Amino acid sequence: MKEKTLINPGLNLKKRKRIEAFFKVLMLISTAIIVLSLVIILVSILWKSLPALKLSMITRTPGGGYYLGQEGGILNSIIGSIQLILGATVIAFLIALPVVIYLNTYLKKSSFLAEAIRFSLEVLWGVPSIVYGAVGFLFMLSFRLRASLLAGIITVALLELPILSRAMDETIRLVPEELKEATYSLGANRWQTTIRVVLRQAFPGLVTAVLIAMGRGLGDAASVLFTAGFTDRITTSLLQPVATLPLAIFFQLNSPFPAVQQRAYASAAVLTLLILFISLITRSLSRTFSRHKIH
Amino acid sequence: MPREKVARSLGATLSFFPMFLTAAILLVLLLKALPLISLKSLPALLFSSAWQPVKGKYGLWPFILGTFWVTMTAFILAVPVSILTSIYLSEYAPGRLKKVFRPILDLLAGLPSVIYGMWGVLLIVPFIGKCLAPLFGTYSSGYSILAAGFVLAVMILPTIINVCLEVLNSVPLALKEAALALGATRFEVVRYVVLKKSSPGIAAACVLGLSRAFGETIAVLMVVGNVAQIPDSLFSPAYPLPALLANNYGEMMSIPGYESALNLAALLLLLIVLSFSLLARWYLTRITRRAE
Repeated sequence: MKEKTLINPGLNLKKRKRIEAFFKVLMLISTAIIVLSLVIILVSILWKSLPALKLSMITRTPGGGYYLGQEGGILNSIIGSIQLILGATVIAFLIALPVVIYLNTYLKKSSFLAEAIRFSLEVLWGVPSIVYGAVGFLFMLSFRLRASLLAGIITVALLELPILSRAMDETIRLVPEELKEATYSLGANRWQTTIRVVLRQAFPGLVTAVLIAMGRGLGDAASVLFTAGFTDRITTSLLQPVATLPLAIFFQLNSPFPAVQQRAYASAAVLTLLILFISLITRSLSRTFSRHKIH
Repeated sequence: MPREKVARSLGATLSFFPMFLTAAILLVLLLKALPLISLKSLPALLFSSAWQPVKGKYGLWPFILGTFWVTMTAFILAVPVSILTSIYLSEYAPGRLKKVFRPILDLLAGLPSVIYGMWGVLLIVPFIGKCLAPLFGTYSSGYSILAAGFVLAVMILPTIINVCLEVLNSVPLALKEAALALGATRFEVVRYVVLKKSSPGIAAACVLGLSRAFGETIAVLMVVGNVAQIPDSLFSPAYPLPALLANNYGEMMSIPGYESALNLAALLLLLIVLSFSLLARWYLTRITRRAE
């Protein structure tokens, strides 16, 4: 039997180089496809949004007849999205931080409880956002709530919790063990070590984690579809329904009026710019902070 | 000292929350789905293709097939592109290009699904309706499995590539150098060393991408047509499970059997997604542990 060798003796060097070149071209094409799709997505949406992209889009709420193509803007959705995302991220953070600290300072890495917690976070991370929306809706009904800012905040907080905890867990785990040991040797207890050393070291990572979760929550439509409702006014109470950008885009795009559809494109441009903005902050922050980090 | 105690007990209490939430989600959906399951047998619900809520017929088969077709199309389109790109980025690309590519991937991963859906409606749907379908000699409105597959493929690319890159980067440099020293070309190193070493991880990355694709809702809903029928070609519309939920879940309260059926659909979707994502995760941690 012919033995399979690493370098195929049946092929001469020319042929081998030709195979190499062929696959390299395939790889370059694939890479180009990815870059191109991003460019096409961004350019086509910005291009389409240009006719409707006026300042009044982001400074006014929808007026009467807005959905027939008359005056107004999407200020209600912009503010609504920000309210929703701030509330949800604060709640998710308040749950995630103690859990992650507990996981990393008080539990041994391989203890049953730690494994169970990490496993359940893994499961939650995989739950599709539409299922969070459904469960949030059932929860809302059982508490006799209507679709409201509160219900939306709770649902999005659940969606963000696993994303946030996992990202935070990863950064806190990276804090070197020697650093903690040095602190212990100076007589600090675990609490002091966590607050003054571990969290400070992990701070840039924590900020990044929060921003990633915010971006995810901001763009998600399926979770707020049944829980947050929609309104043309600016929400002033937790129990009122709230407008969100993704849903505003979705509803406007389904309109039969071209003028309203164009506003959907403009709203999409606004949402894309917000997401871009968040990811830019994330990058620059993590660069600034990591200068002071001890590795 | 008390501060430490308070912190510790707070952490201990809240740590049960993820487990509680996981159990609660599964239990609530199961409890809500039970009335219908006890009324009709589970196989009859899953494999019947009659979906007529008004007449009390709740066959989920068209939706299951719709989910399957859309996801598979996306999978087949996304996998070769992402594997080739990952190999290029990890084995060939100069450092500068790698640095430029990071934000591109991050941005693709971060774009909201409505944006993808809108892109699908603007470009992919007309392209399929006006160019691709006539080319194959069929008629299509454009709102089809293929359109959803295209959009979904781009959405899961960053997930697959990110995990693939991690896996590829964990291949020891010494192995590659050894192969190069034996006179292998760069591609032969990739083919006989790198891929051999990392193919389980790459497979897991693809399965993880698959699990993301199953649950994607809004973008698919916008381009897939939403017709509850057994799809007969890639150009025909379909109605995947997440779209079914998104369109009907909010106003299901009037008919009790309907509510139960939709919750069964949600449970089914959740179980499909979780089985794939947990399988991939479990496999990946096993591989990385062995690599350490």
